[in-house]
Amino acid sequence: MSTPYAKLPAWADYGLIPLINLSVAFIVAGFVVMLVGENPFRAAVILVEGAFGKGTGVAFTLFYATTFIFTGLSVAVAAHCSLFNIGTEGQAYIGGLGIALVCLSFDSVLPWWVIFPIAIVAASAFGALWGLIPAYLQAKRGSHIVITTIMFNFIAASVMVYLLVGPLKPAGSQAPQTRNFLAGAELPKLNWMIELFGAKIRSAPLNICFLLALVMAFLVWLLIWRTKLGYEMRTYGHSSKAARYAGISETRIIITAMMVSGALAGMMALNPVMGDQHNVAIDFVSGAGFVGIAVALMGRLHPVGIVLAAILFGMLYQGGAELAFEMPAISRDMIVIIQGLVILFAGALEHMFRPYIQALFASVSPKSVGMQAVNGKGA
Amino acid sequence: MAQAAIELIGINKSFGAVRANRDINLEVARGTIHGIVGENGAGKSTLMSILYGFYQADSGEIRVGGKPVSISTSNDAIALGIGMVHQHFMLVDNFTVLENIILGAENDALLKSSIAKARSELDRLEREYGLEVDPDAVIEELPVGLQQRVEILKALYRGAEILILDEPTGVLTPAEADHLFRILKQLKEQGKTIVLITHKLREIMAITDTVSVMRQGTMVATRTTKETTVGELAELMVGRRVLLRVEKGESEAGAVKLSVKNLTVKDSRGVTMVDDVSFDVRGGEIVGIAGVAGNGQSELLEAISGIRHAVSGEVMLDGKPIDLTGKADPGELRDRGLAHVPEDRHHVGLVLAFEENENSILGYHDDERYLKGPFLDVDAIMADAKDKIEKYDIRPGNPRLKTANFSGGNQQKIVLAREMEQDPGVLIVGQPTRGVDVGAIEFIHKRLIAMRDQGKAVLVVSVELDEIRSLSDRILVMFAGRVVGERGPDATEGELGLLMAGVEHQEAAE
Repeated sequence: MSTPYAKLPAWADYGLIPLINLSVAFIVAGFVVMLVGENPFRAAVILVEGAFGKGTGVAFTLFYATTFIFTGLSVAVAAHCSLFNIGTEGQAYIGGLGIALVCLSFDSVLPWWVIFPIAIVAASAFGALWGLIPAYLQAKRGSHIVITTIMFNFIAASVMVYLLVGPLKPAGSQAPQTRNFLAGAELPKLNWMIELFGAKIRSAPLNICFLLALVMAFLVWLLIWRTKLGYEMRTYGHSSKAARYAGISETRIIITAMMVSGALAGMMALNPVMGDQHNVAIDFVSGAGFVGIAVALMGRLHPVGIVLAAILFGMLYQGGAELAFEMPAISRDMIVIIQGLVILFAGALEHMFRPYIQALFASVSPKSVGMQAVNGKGA
Repeated sequence: MAQAAIELIGINKSFGAVRANRDINLEVARGTIHGIVGENGAGKSTLMSILYGFYQADSGEIRVGGKPVSISTSNDAIALGIGMVHQHFMLVDNFTVLENIILGAENDALLKSSIAKARSELDRLEREYGLEVDPDAVIEELPVGLQQRVEILKALYRGAEILILDEPTGVLTPAEADHLFRILKQLKEQGKTIVLITHKLREIMAITDTVSVMRQGTMVATRTTKETTVGELAELMVGRRVLLRVEKGESEAGAVKLSVKNLTVKDSRGVTMVDDVSFDVRGGEIVGIAGVAGNGQSELLEAISGIRHAVSGEVMLDGKPIDLTGKADPGELRDRGLAHVPEDRHHVGLVLAFEENENSILGYHDDERYLKGPFLDVDAIMADAKDKIEKYDIRPGNPRLKTANFSGGNQQKIVLAREMEQDPGVLIVGQPTRGVDVGAIEFIHKRLIAMRDQGKAVLVVSVELDEIRSLSDRILVMFAGRVVGERGPDATEGELGLLMAGVEHQEAAE
């Protein structure tokens, strides 16, 4: 039988449908807000104003978005090779270890612009290494990547707890974290960028990692759609049999894809560690790896979509924090519910409204809908 | 004239801009076998899907037994006595025949009473129509011919008076197909109405009473089978005259290009699928391997092309050995001049989600013609794709179009263009024209013969006996993993059919 889905014009596919899904998520979230006795419209205003209203809000939104761009790209690269990397969380955590080692060693002797490239390499290498082991197990032993990467999140967490309460903790300190880095390991802020638009910034953590994230988004696009390696990854991702036929080594492609994915995850740690906290603390990743899965899916595994989805989630983080502050009835957990609804409608229920929209398009303008449906076998 | 079992009046169905069915009128008389022929994409399956409730017609009327009906699900169709036997069987492999028959018709939470009822009913059906199957056999242990019988029983069990069969003989041996036709004739005598969808014109001639021809979504003609000819039907299908058998000159066999000695291959379960097979293919000849699907041909192709590791055997390519037991890699073999058109173009030969131009380099993406350092040379790939589109008349001629949106014939041309244009010394082709329309078959056969005439060694595996006979200079027959005979191109169908069924082989063994 032919596929039941006809094609939609691109703008509907990439614009209209996500917008409808998002709107429904917010409407349902509005009911949840009503349920706790608050005015959903006022809540929405606070959320959006908190995220984009003031310069500081925008800076925070983009700071969070930076983190999610990295994790979203990480998940997407693996997904193009049909590998579901749930280990972004752990790979980012271990990436933080690489950064800590570089910064703690050199922050007294080198300026930031020398340390930064070294830290990028270290973060990528550590993240890639954490992706390499599950990849090897998948390629050589057939251990399922979903299972192993989840387990590696726990191993990463345990390793980091051990290091942060032991070897990496300064003597006498009670906090499970490294010592604070010296000025040499602090990345420049990007607040001036927002101030260019006339907004005032008090203090916000937005830093040059945002630019790095955008560069990486471009490089990921280049990798996936313009290089031989990306071609091989996509071939394997769509059909492992076709990859075998084309002479693409399964082992090599799985390991390469997971290492690239792990490297991107590791780079995520640069943003909070060198850009904001200036130390490595326990649980500094705090779920950003998992948000990356939602960001990648919502962004349709395309870097442009991922950047946009990351900004959306950055907005939910920043605006949500404001909301929890302004409306005491709405707790931090409620924000998580709203985020969950976005993930539910934009990710899991992505195709819920699709058939109706297609029917609508087909009845209004048959030409806009493609010819996919008649091209199965037979007919 | 007999009363109409089904009448379709003015059926229209569009998928977006494509009108799959335009203004179709069809009348199938009760108690007859009615054939529907047409190329892939002509709209046959769409029409039958409307009748069976998978799709809704945009406009038009369906009448069953003279009464207008609305069919919105397959349950409606079943309630009206319409049963369908799909091309790909809808059976649960690890269930028994009986369990499959009652699937979807289990009436109680406890199966005991329905199983008992089904058993006696099945017994009656089997006796009435000569459809013997062991009700307790597990499906996956049955040969395909019997599995198909179970599909027919399933439809009859649900009270089907009208049976639709979609390409029923695609997976059968000639003998099994003959048996199927006897069953269909018996069903007809019992008053059932049968609609047979096929692209094999000889079957239409052999068994149907009436035949309707579809082309590009329209019903172009309905003929009484006795009063028409294969040539006329083919012309109606394609809209122009077609050569049913490609003309070719004598082969001028040269040196041995591919030599296979004592090749043994096991499948993933460890069952020996290719058993000690030896043969040579010379430059300038086409060697055809005939056989019923599942007798080791697929594994043979996979092993020679390096996709599947062989257990043992010596294979020489252009006089130099290749190690198929572990070292050989499809990429390396390609470099050494062995091109492979795989049987399964949907999952192996093509990535359907890719654009056409991306598929036109699959397997050759390492070639520096298509690369600039680590980057793909998009301009070169596009130019190359356009060139192949022109040479092989691939339609629509848009290299940016998603491969899934091409018809089966054009998809096959994409693969053939890619493999043939590399100018390989040896070309191995699995099922060259499976799911390909008549017009494209002619084109593909001509191309294969042109390859031969250029002095290439061509190995063709096909389950279509006609194809093997019309293409090959030598025919090898495989049965149960062994080559059981070699014949010339003038071997009769009956002779090959016996070999394919393993008859002669068993006699020889005794």
